[in-house]
Amino acid sequence: MSTQPDLLYSEEEEALRAAVRDLLADHCDAPGVIARVESDAPHHLALWKALTDGMGLAGLLVPEEQDGQGATHREAAVVLEELGRAVAPVPYLTSAVVATEALLACGTDDLLTELASGTSIGALAVALDVAPGAAYKVVRHEDGLLRGELTGIADAAVADVLLVPADDGGLYAVDATAVTVTPQISLDLTRPLATVTLDGAPGRLLGDAEPAVRRALRAGAGLLASEQLGLADWTLTETVRYLKDRKQFNRPVGGFQALKHRLAQLWLEVANLRAAARNAADALSTGEDTDVAVTVAQAYAAPVAVHAAEEALQLHGGIGMTWEHPVHLYLKRAKADSIAYGTAGAHREALAGLVDLQAP
Amino acid sequence: MSSADELRRRTQELLAAHPPVSTDRLDFLRARFDAGLAWVHYPEGLGGLGAPRSLQAVVDAELEAAGAPDNDPRRIGIGLGMAAPTILGYGTEEQKRRYLRPLWTGEEVWCQLFSEPGAGSDLAALRTRAVREGDNWVVNGQKVWTSSAHVARWAILIARTDPDVPKHRGITYFVCDMTDPGVEVRPLRQITGEAEFNEVFLTDVRIPDSRRLGEVGDGWRVAQTTLNNERVAIGGMRLPREGGMIGPISETWRERPELRTHDLHQRLLKLWVEAEVARLTSERLRQQLVAGQPGPEGAGMKLAFARLNQEISGLEVELLGAEGLLYDDWTMRRPELVDFTGRDAGYRYLRSKGNSIEGGTSEVLLNIVAERVLGLPAEPRTDKDVAWKDLAR
Repeated sequence: MSTQPDLLYSEEEEALRAAVRDLLADHCDAPGVIARVESDAPHHLALWKALTDGMGLAGLLVPEEQDGQGATHREAAVVLEELGRAVAPVPYLTSAVVATEALLACGTDDLLTELASGTSIGALAVALDVAPGAAYKVVRHEDGLLRGELTGIADAAVADVLLVPADDGGLYAVDATAVTVTPQISLDLTRPLATVTLDGAPGRLLGDAEPAVRRALRAGAGLLASEQLGLADWTLTETVRYLKDRKQFNRPVGGFQALKHRLAQLWLEVANLRAAARNAADALSTGEDTDVAVTVAQAYAAPVAVHAAEEALQLHGGIGMTWEHPVHLYLKRAKADSIAYGTAGAHREALAGLVDLQAP
Repeated sequence: MSSADELRRRTQELLAAHPPVSTDRLDFLRARFDAGLAWVHYPEGLGGLGAPRSLQAVVDAELEAAGAPDNDPRRIGIGLGMAAPTILGYGTEEQKRRYLRPLWTGEEVWCQLFSEPGAGSDLAALRTRAVREGDNWVVNGQKVWTSSAHVARWAILIARTDPDVPKHRGITYFVCDMTDPGVEVRPLRQITGEAEFNEVFLTDVRIPDSRRLGEVGDGWRVAQTTLNNERVAIGGMRLPREGGMIGPISETWRERPELRTHDLHQRLLKLWVEAEVARLTSERLRQQLVAGQPGPEGAGMKLAFARLNQEISGLEVELLGAEGLLYDDWTMRRPELVDFTGRDAGYRYLRSKGNSIEGGTSEVLLNIVAERVLGLPAEPRTDKDVAWKDLAR
């Protein structure tokens, strides 16, 4: 490594965080999210409009020449930390990061400008569980039309345009009105999956699918770590707050050493995750040491986020098991995230090749 | 005065007046101290210039480039990291002038007489007594886990001066002369076979009142300065990738494919990731310190490295298989420094067991994180308002 990564937050990044947190405090409280995910429209599109139209955040990764903000993954990571803290049901990671990166890999395109403004939502039609570099399902390209069925596509229900890989090696832009999107009953209520059926849909060729999908999934995996950090940070903070307040045996439950040690351990894991997530975001923005930084962050983040959410549930006791309390939203998101863009095990396997620790 | 350019200029002046190639090592170190370039954040006249601590790196880089000798900071870590900040904070002008210069140059080695057989995590329960006799204090008791005691000229010592008040209030802090005939140092052999540490028996040791640091009965507060600096010294170091215990096991893995199994591979990769993340956290802490925003992560870094050292070295012994059944050398030796990489995996495995005990057990550190970082309720205290002499033992 020629230079040390910048692992801190700049003043501008902290200001961005404060603005996003304020917006979420006003428009994305937990009871609202619980009510919304039970409805037919789990996504919060008014919040999406405020984040994109109001604050321009969908265009952070898009250069200014394409009407984007010309910012970097570091800023996008801060937005994702806050969205993770609120388990906000908005297609930020899928559209403003993953679909946007796929388009960036294909060169300039008007679609990029539409996604950057947030007026269009994009979704890469690759199943959410696929790791960077892993095989993914493609549709058939016959007589100029696309045919096939793709499942496990996150946020497809609100996508205006799908980026579909085909068997001829191309990545195609397909209008959502030309396909059938069927919601799947998903473990994570706040980032629902859908099946996309193409029955002779017209598509516009964007470029080669393989490098675009790889780049998109790598950015998705790397920045997912920041979303997981936000999620873990919220569950720890909320659990500590609750245990200072909750009394049993005439004492605050948080005073029992068995629980103090578990929370201190969790704090350490979250502090470690912050460094790993910051490192991945910085590496994505500088292009230095990116593969190792992303695989390390994803191999570490998923178990921590799941552990944090599971501890939050257990330490809340009975109330944590209710539908009314939001901790289940975090547990479901954390568990789904542990599979999204590759499991920790898949990332460790990739790391073995990257740092020359080969399998037997 | 405190700018980087000014410090560079002063360093060049020092180098011009005392060229490292033709200057005796000790003479150079003394001249460096007198030029205020030893620790620039210390006051003028005491080896510093009252400059920001972060500017020390400027001086160190210039001196290193010129091939100047250093004061071998690992050998005198207790003096530099623990005794010096305490002397600076609580010593009289006379004490500062007497002790700091030879401490920094390494002419006088320091050790720390804190822990006792009956006072480990509960350090304030210590029983070593200091009784006033005229201008002297007469000290009797036993200390343990004292590194460098066998080479030290001075010790920082805490002893009980008032048994009639609660334990934290009856302690006084002293500088103890290790050449006093009442000081007996015995090696303490540990599970690795060697003796890094000592037991120190104090029998009618006479300490002049002029060697007291801080007020009578204020020793606990003075000791906090010492212990806080110990934890600062542990966090904030800069490591390259694979710079710690994960380095040797990774090398063995690469060089000896015949040892590999699938189970070991999974466990190695998991620990490699954790070691890399701990390294990044340590680097982040360092960047926070440089930016003048120290974070609470330091409290956690010792916990993290203790566990990682133990797990990685344990896996390394297992990876070696038949060789893991052997040990390099059980000879009783007296090393001056802990050498984690110069010995075999078995040594690393055994020595790292101490990492979760020395400098605060992991259990106590978890309490500290829970209480000071997370703000959770403190442990119940039954000994707070009871005179030390009335405590159950």
